[in-house]
Amino acid sequence: MEILTLAAKIGAYALMTGVLLFALGVVALRNLFHSALCLAAALIGIAGLYLFFRADFLAAVQILLYVGAVMTVIIFAIMLTEHLSGKTTIQHNRQSLPAFLGIAALVTVIAKVILQTPWPVTQKALGAHTSVEGIGTALMTVYVFPFEVISVVLIAALIGAVIIAKRENPS
Amino acid sequence: MGPVESLKYFIPELIILCGAFGAFLLDFAVRNKRAVGIFSLFVMAAAAFAMKNPAGETLSLFYGFFHLDVFAHWFRIFALIAVSVTLMLAMDYPPLKNRYEGEFYGLFLFMAFALITVAAANNLLMIFLAVEFVSLLSYLLTGFLKHDPKAKEAAVKYLLFGSVCSGIMLYGISLLYGAAGSIELGHVWQTLRSPSMSALGTVGVLCFFAGLGFKISMAPFHMWAPDVYEGAPTPVTAFLTVGPKALGFAVFTRVLITVFSPSFAHWGVVLTALSMLTMTIGNLTAISQTNIKRFFAYSSIAQAGYILMGLAVFSPLGQNAVMIYLFAYLFTNLGAFAVVCLVEGASGKSNISDYAGLSERSPATAFFMTVFLLSLTGIPPLAGFIGKYYVFAAAIEGKAIALAVVAAVNSAVAAYYYFRIIRVMYLVPKAETQPTFGTSPLYPKIVLWLMSAGVVTLGLFPGYFIKLLFG
Repeated sequence: MEILTLAAKIGAYALMTGVLLFALGVVALRNLFHSALCLAAALIGIAGLYLFFRADFLAAVQILLYVGAVMTVIIFAIMLTEHLSGKTTIQHNRQSLPAFLGIAALVTVIAKVILQTPWPVTQKALGAHTSVEGIGTALMTVYVFPFEVISVVLIAALIGAVIIAKRENPS
Repeated sequence: MGPVESLKYFIPELIILCGAFGAFLLDFAVRNKRAVGIFSLFVMAAAAFAMKNPAGETLSLFYGFFHLDVFAHWFRIFALIAVSVTLMLAMDYPPLKNRYEGEFYGLFLFMAFALITVAAANNLLMIFLAVEFVSLLSYLLTGFLKHDPKAKEAAVKYLLFGSVCSGIMLYGISLLYGAAGSIELGHVWQTLRSPSMSALGTVGVLCFFAGLGFKISMAPFHMWAPDVYEGAPTPVTAFLTVGPKALGFAVFTRVLITVFSPSFAHWGVVLTALSMLTMTIGNLTAISQTNIKRFFAYSSIAQAGYILMGLAVFSPLGQNAVMIYLFAYLFTNLGAFAVVCLVEGASGKSNISDYAGLSERSPATAFFMTVFLLSLTGIPPLAGFIGKYYVFAAAIEGKAIALAVVAAVNSAVAAYYYFRIIRVMYLVPKAETQPTFGTSPLYPKIVLWLMSAGVVTLGLFPGYFIKLLFG
């Protein structure tokens, strides 16, 4: 049992390191297509983390939506716009170093705060298992208002996207 | 309260939502898109009629996801005024003609709904969702005139900047949720009261400063404002300077009171410093502007700095001052932008030099602009004076003397550049090339009268108004 927990722990940290490395690849690689692939890998890694934390529905949604839909569209867009796929882009500028130092300081502070905060870990929270059924019930009962508001947000965004994307001169 | 019982208190919002879909349908049916605008105005009027002041009691609609109290009620009235005035300005705004004008009105009705959900948001989930809703619509409306390169640039800048700021806020929210195990603001407050959580609370409040500071254009998160205000269609600019900003202040006030009040000692100093920084940056940069929309962008950053004073001292008087100031600012700024719309309609440009000799070309417009500029300066007996009076009173009551002194110096600087516009209008002779004013279009004129009436009434009878707001 001990060994199993240890293995799970190592696995989770390895997964997180992988996600971080791929995320770094997204902002550091010079080829846009490679960046997109890295993003897909990072998103799959996050889905793996969700699985690890027993949110299987969330993991499925993550893969379906982000990897299946969003990433496909991004890669399509890169492949279709010819001058983007082959070109190498420079991903840093003169402000990179100060920005990096600032971010490093920020991350240190936040990491310190996170480490010293006594997070309330309860047995109930550890054993929680969100099922699809539970999520469905929650969305239709307690969370019905935010759920409906999101539907309005989506329809407004859709209409706006059509207006922005449509050819000019409707008259 | 469950969803079914809640519906009867939710009628104004339902009217707005149905009205928005109605506007899109009507847009198919009619050729004259102005009819859609008039329909939207009627929708706003109907919603205003259906609104009832909850007077003292607090309604937790939809299991607490729509928190209707007096505070939320006045901010939804605020949202209705801001959206209605914008609709009226947009109806006589030439660049919008034949460019999806009907959809523009429909999207603005959605915006009214979004602003109301911001005012009534009372937990971490709704705060993020509602603020994002307003942001999304703002990005869209900024880039609405997509043939204009400036509008495109503004929209993309706004989107990128906004996404980063929302991301930071979301990170803060996730930390708070992790600590409290609940999205309820009250539970988070309980959690943050324990001393071991105070460091986390400070990180959380700083993340909120980024996300909401972006909405209210607080320095150092104000960089987007000048470009966006200059590039957006003028009615949208008028709206952006008051609507999202005021609602940002509303949710900021709510969050600071209900969540972060235990750690005031930590963030009070930061907010005081940011308030000083915001007004100083806004005022100093406004002096050298040549474009009137950019000029008002910096002026509105400076005004945000004054309003922040009320939050920085964090007293009941300060919170009331925020609300009074926002209402004064609503009438004043929308009125000033009605003038900008009129001048832009007549000359097609929005440079300060286009205002030369305005007093000869259109004496009434120049007079109204003077009234609004004086109100922005804070000259009695206009609305702006009442707002300034209250924030200064709050600062002095809270013993924030340094803040009051900085604000006073800033007000003097601001007076200089507001008077510069008045000088251009009255003392600089008009150039030969400048077009004369035809008959002004109807709706901006109505806006001018209504807003100046608001500015003067609020300035002359503040007691009545304050009684109305705070009972």
